[in-house]
Amino acid sequence: MISQIILSGLAIGSVYALMALAMSITYKASEIPNFAQGEMAMISTYIAYVLLVVQGISFFWAFIFALLFALVLGLALEFVFIRRAKEPNLLNLIIITLGFQMMLYGLAGWKWGADQRRLRMPFSETETYDLGGGVVVSQLGLATIGTAVVLMLIIWLFLRFTKLGLAMKASQQNAMAARINGIRTNRILSLSFGISSVVGAIAGMMVAPVTTLDPGMMWDPLLKGFAAAVLGGLTSLGGVVVGGYLLGVIENLFGFYISLEFKSVVAFLIIVIVLYVRPSGLFGRHYVRKV
Amino acid sequence: MPENDFFRVEGLTKRFGGLTALDKLTFSVEKGMLFSIIGPNGAGKSTLFNCINSLYRPDEGKVWFRGKEITGLNPHRIAAAGIGRTFQNIELFANMTTMENLMLGRHLHMKTGLFGAAMMFHRRSRAAREEMVHRERVERIIDLLELQASRDKFVSQLPYGTRKVVELGRALAAEPELLLLDEPAAGLNNEEKEDLIFWIQDIRREFGITILMIEHNMQLVQDVSDRILAINFGKMITEGEPDEVVNHPEVMKAYLGG
Repeated sequence: MISQIILSGLAIGSVYALMALAMSITYKASEIPNFAQGEMAMISTYIAYVLLVVQGISFFWAFIFALLFALVLGLALEFVFIRRAKEPNLLNLIIITLGFQMMLYGLAGWKWGADQRRLRMPFSETETYDLGGGVVVSQLGLATIGTAVVLMLIIWLFLRFTKLGLAMKASQQNAMAARINGIRTNRILSLSFGISSVVGAIAGMMVAPVTTLDPGMMWDPLLKGFAAAVLGGLTSLGGVVVGGYLLGVIENLFGFYISLEFKSVVAFLIIVIVLYVRPSGLFGRHYVRKV
Repeated sequence: MPENDFFRVEGLTKRFGGLTALDKLTFSVEKGMLFSIIGPNGAGKSTLFNCINSLYRPDEGKVWFRGKEITGLNPHRIAAAGIGRTFQNIELFANMTTMENLMLGRHLHMKTGLFGAAMMFHRRSRAAREEMVHRERVERIIDLLELQASRDKFVSQLPYGTRKVVELGRALAAEPELLLLDEPAAGLNNEEKEDLIFWIQDIRREFGITILMIEHNMQLVQDVSDRILAINFGKMITEGEPDEVVNHPEVMKAYLGG
């Protein structure tokens, strides 16, 4: 039984891990917790829905176009809103992301209404595979875990082995030094927003078939992702992924053994405990800059 | 004619509120020269460098480099034009190794994009060959600056003096034509200072780089400079050969407070 609970925890944990990863990529680049992350993912998922269900495009292309849309949306947030800020202190920038979040939420409500729709995926929720010992996993669950793992691997390879990845790392560690070494730091910042938007969109498309497609669908995954990021340590990409899976599993165990009703509270309890005990998270480091 | 000079600053002015940090500063540097800028604390020396790099926007005046005006270009374009720099307070990527820091100095010369890197399957692929060229360059700098022991250590674990050398190495890795050194000797002990003098001479001989240097240490300045510019309160006091400048009455006054 317990392995079944852990496995289901890992499936939902993949979504939290991706949302946490998305938050953490922009946070590392700009120190902005992007509160529009969830709504950006939601809009991108709607785009996939429109292409797939309304326009009748194949799943593969709908998925690709939705991700391209997400990329453009992320770039636009940085280029159109964040970069224009006159006195860009952190609080102002956070409020910009909140404003963007409300805009997107309103837009989705106006365009598609508050109806709960279904995003059909080519993976079934009822078709299951027996992993032995009574542990089963649905096709959708397997696809979710698989997609998340592949995506994380791609991101890791990108950051570790490409020129752009190195430039991103350099800009995060010392923006001024990066600039005088010929790195276009504001492009790097745009790119971080773009990449995290794509990661969020993938999470959105993984959530929608499990829950429903509606303008508020990303509220819960975003907050859970945020909790996971705090747990893992916002500055460590590996850490937030571990945080995501850990949160998924803890939440499921709590739901089964203690109380299903209070399952959602676990995430917030974890935020509070982490901030009391280890504010930089399990794997995070605080960079203290000497003046 | 500013077009004929290798590097020229003309009427450069920078104000911070009511304070004029640079006041119509004009000078030019010939190719291959080591040109030093001296002046007491707060004289505007680092502000000058920041204006050259475009980390600050000057309020008035122009900067010319190799016949082109570069005033107000983005910092990465100034770097691409061939101006490298070190900082007074050391600006390194602290959570990377010495090698990685130096490789980042090569960033401007790296051509391999996302696709090329993904295609790096064997040692003779284009991306792999490019990587080897960069590594060779960096190894040459590591040898020159005797950084072998710190090669794979994280910069944050290195002693202060070594970090200064790493920063110098990173600037050299970019193969600049003009190198701005902001107080390279500050915080170094006597032995390290002597090494530094040798390196500066080596760098000029081996790479033929023109150097613009801010320095407080008079001995060092006198030993290595071809010309010196003395400034105070953002204005030029005098410019000339080392001996003339050091013995100039106003320079002595500014330094000795007499």
